[in-house]
Amino acid sequence: MDELNNLMHGFSVAMTLPNLGFMVLGVTLGILIGVLPGLGGANGIAILLPLTFSMDQTSAIIMLSCIYWGALFGGAITSILFNIPGEPWSVATTFDGYPMAQQGRAGAALTAAFTSSFVGAFFAVLLITFLAPLVARFALKFGAAEMFAVQMLTFCSFVGMSKEPPAKTLAVMALGFALAAVGMDTVTGTLRMTYGVTELLKGFDFLIAVIGLFGIGEILLTMEEGLAFKGKSAKIQLDVVLKTWAELLRYWKTSIRSVLVGCWMGVTPGGATPASFMAYGLARRGAKDKDSFGKGNIEGVVAPETAAHAAGTSALLPMLTLGIPGSPTAAVLLGGLLIWGLQPGPLLFTEKPDFVWGLIASMYLGNIVGLIIVLTTVPWWAAILRIPFSVIGPIIIVICAIGAYTVHSSIFDVVMMLVFGVFGYLFKKLRYPLAPLVLALVLGDMAESSFRQSMLLSQGSLDIFWANPLVGGLMTLSFVMLLWPIVPVLKHRLRRRT
Amino acid sequence: MERSEEAAEPGLSNRWPELLVALFLFAMGVVAVIDSIRVGIGWEEGEGPRAGYFPFYIGCILLVSSGWILITALRKFKQAQPQFASWTELRLVMQMLVPLTIYVIAVVFLGIYISSLVLIAFFMKVHGKFGWLVTAMTAIGVPLGAFLLFERWFLVPLPKGPIELMLGL
Repeated sequence: MDELNNLMHGFSVAMTLPNLGFMVLGVTLGILIGVLPGLGGANGIAILLPLTFSMDQTSAIIMLSCIYWGALFGGAITSILFNIPGEPWSVATTFDGYPMAQQGRAGAALTAAFTSSFVGAFFAVLLITFLAPLVARFALKFGAAEMFAVQMLTFCSFVGMSKEPPAKTLAVMALGFALAAVGMDTVTGTLRMTYGVTELLKGFDFLIAVIGLFGIGEILLTMEEGLAFKGKSAKIQLDVVLKTWAELLRYWKTSIRSVLVGCWMGVTPGGATPASFMAYGLARRGAKDKDSFGKGNIEGVVAPETAAHAAGTSALLPMLTLGIPGSPTAAVLLGGLLIWGLQPGPLLFTEKPDFVWGLIASMYLGNIVGLIIVLTTVPWWAAILRIPFSVIGPIIIVICAIGAYTVHSSIFDVVMMLVFGVFGYLFKKLRYPLAPLVLALVLGDMAESSFRQSMLLSQGSLDIFWANPLVGGLMTLSFVMLLWPIVPVLKHRLRRRT
Repeated sequence: MERSEEAAEPGLSNRWPELLVALFLFAMGVVAVIDSIRVGIGWEEGEGPRAGYFPFYIGCILLVSSGWILITALRKFKQAQPQFASWTELRLVMQMLVPLTIYVIAVVFLGIYISSLVLIAFFMKVHGKFGWLVTAMTAIGVPLGAFLLFERWFLVPLPKGPIELMLGL
C-alpha cells in the first residue's frame, strides 16, 4: 500500500499550522467568490494567482485548491437562498433548493447541499488517491504521439459531449488555439500573428481571458437580469443538521449514482455543470414520486450537488497525471503550476512527491474544513448577498481589473480583459461554450509541441498516430467523439429514406 | 434559455449578433491562415515543421467551423429567431458596459486608484441612491484597501497616474 504511506506523508506536509491557516483562508475566500456574481472558481483563482507567487509552492497550491472547494460550496448558498446560481454547476440545485427555502426548509436544503458536496468530493478524492498513481505510472511510457492523442481526445470529447452546437464548440476551440499561437513560437523563435503590434509579442495570457470571459462577461449577464436580489434568510441549527443527516442516509443510492456520474464527467472533460444536470435527471427518473421534483424534494438537491463536487474534484485527476485539466478551474490551477515551474504530468509524481501528496492530503482536509466553515457561517454569506449590486458590481469590476493587471503588470491586459468580457457575454448569449476556448488557450502550446515532436520523430508522416494500439486507439476514439454529433443526423436521414 | 420571437417584450433577435460573431470568427481564421502562410507552413529540411504548420491547420478548422455557423445563420436569416435580449435588458447591459469602458480607458490614463474611486462612487450614487457618507467611505475604502494589500503587503505595484505622482506615492 504505497499510496497509503504516501498519503500519510502528504498529511504531514499539509497538516502544518501555516498550511491549515491557508486552507481556512482559501475556503473562506472561495465561498466569497462562489457567492458573489461575476467571481467564480476559475477567474477567482486567476485573480489571486499573482498574489501566491511569493509563497511556498505547496502552500500556494493548497490555498488555491481550497479556494476551489470553497467556490463549489458557495455556489449552493446563492442557488438555495436566492434562486441565483452563483456558479453554472449549481443551476440544477435551484430546481429543488429554492422551493425548499420558500417552504421554510432552507436550513435542511443547505445542510443537504453541503453534505452532498462533501460526499461527492470525498469519493472523488479517494479515486484520485488510488487511481492517480496508476495513471501516472502508465502515462510515464507515453511518447509525444501518445500525449498528442490524449490531448486530441480531450478536445474531441468537447465536440462529442457538449450540449452546444458542435460547429460553435469547434470554432471557439480553434479560436483558443489560434490565440495561444500568437506571439513568439517557442520552437523556432519566429513571431506569429503579431502583425507588428508590440503588445502581442508575449501572446495572449489565458488568465486574462478567464478574468474577462467569466468575470466581466458574467457581470454583464447579471446586469441583464436587473439589479434586485430577493432572498430568503437562513440560519442552520444543530438539530436541523442532525435531522437532515439522518434523512440523507435514505438517499444513499442517489448519492452513489451521482458520485459515479460526477467522477466520470470530471475525468473526461465533461465538467461539473453537465454532471449536475445528468445526476438530477437520473435521480428524477429513478424516483417513485417524480412529481415532487422541482417542488422542494431534498433528493433534487442531493443529486446535483454530489455530482458537481465529484466532477469538480475528479477534474484534478487528469490535470495532475497527464497535465490535461478537466475543467476551466483545473486549467487555471494547471497554469499556476506551470508558472511555478512545475510541469504537471506523470513525472510530477516521481519528481515532486511531497508536493503531489501534500496537495492530495489537502483535498481531504480542505473539504472537511470547508464543510465546517459553510455550516457555521451561512448567515454571514446570506447577509453579503443582501448588499445591493450597485455596490458589489463596481467592486467586482475593480477586483477583476486589478487581477488582470497584476498577471504581467500590463495595462494592455486590462483593455484585453474588457474585450474578452464583451465576447464572454456574446458567446454566452449565442450558446458558444467557454470551457473549450479556455482549455485550448492553456493547452495550445503543449498540444502544438507534442504534435511537432511526433512529426519530427516520424519525419512528417501521420502514420505515427496509428503506430501502436494505444495511440491508434486514442486517435480512433477521438475521431468517434468528433463525429458523434453527426450520428443522430444520419439516423434521421436513414429513417426518412426507409 | 431560448425564447421565441413572440416573447412578451420586444427586443433584438439573434439574427445579427449570430451573423456578426460568426463573421468575426471567420475573420480570425483568415488572419491565422494568412500569417501562417507568411511564416511558412511546410517542412524545413533538418528542422521539422515550420512555425506556421500548426496554426495553419487551426486557422483552417476555424474557417470551416465559422463558415458552417455563417451558412446556418444565413439560411435561417429570414425565419423567426430566438430573442438575443429584450431592449430593456440591453439597456441594463449598456448601463454597465459604457461606464466599464470609460473605466478601462481611465485606468490607462489616470491609473487604477482614482478610476476605481470614481467608478464605485458613480454606481453607488446613480444606481444605488446611497447617501454621500456611505458612498464616500466605500469609494475611498476599496482603492485604499487595494493599495495597502498590494503595494504595502504583497509589494505588487498597481498602475498609478499623475495624481498619485503629485501625492508622491
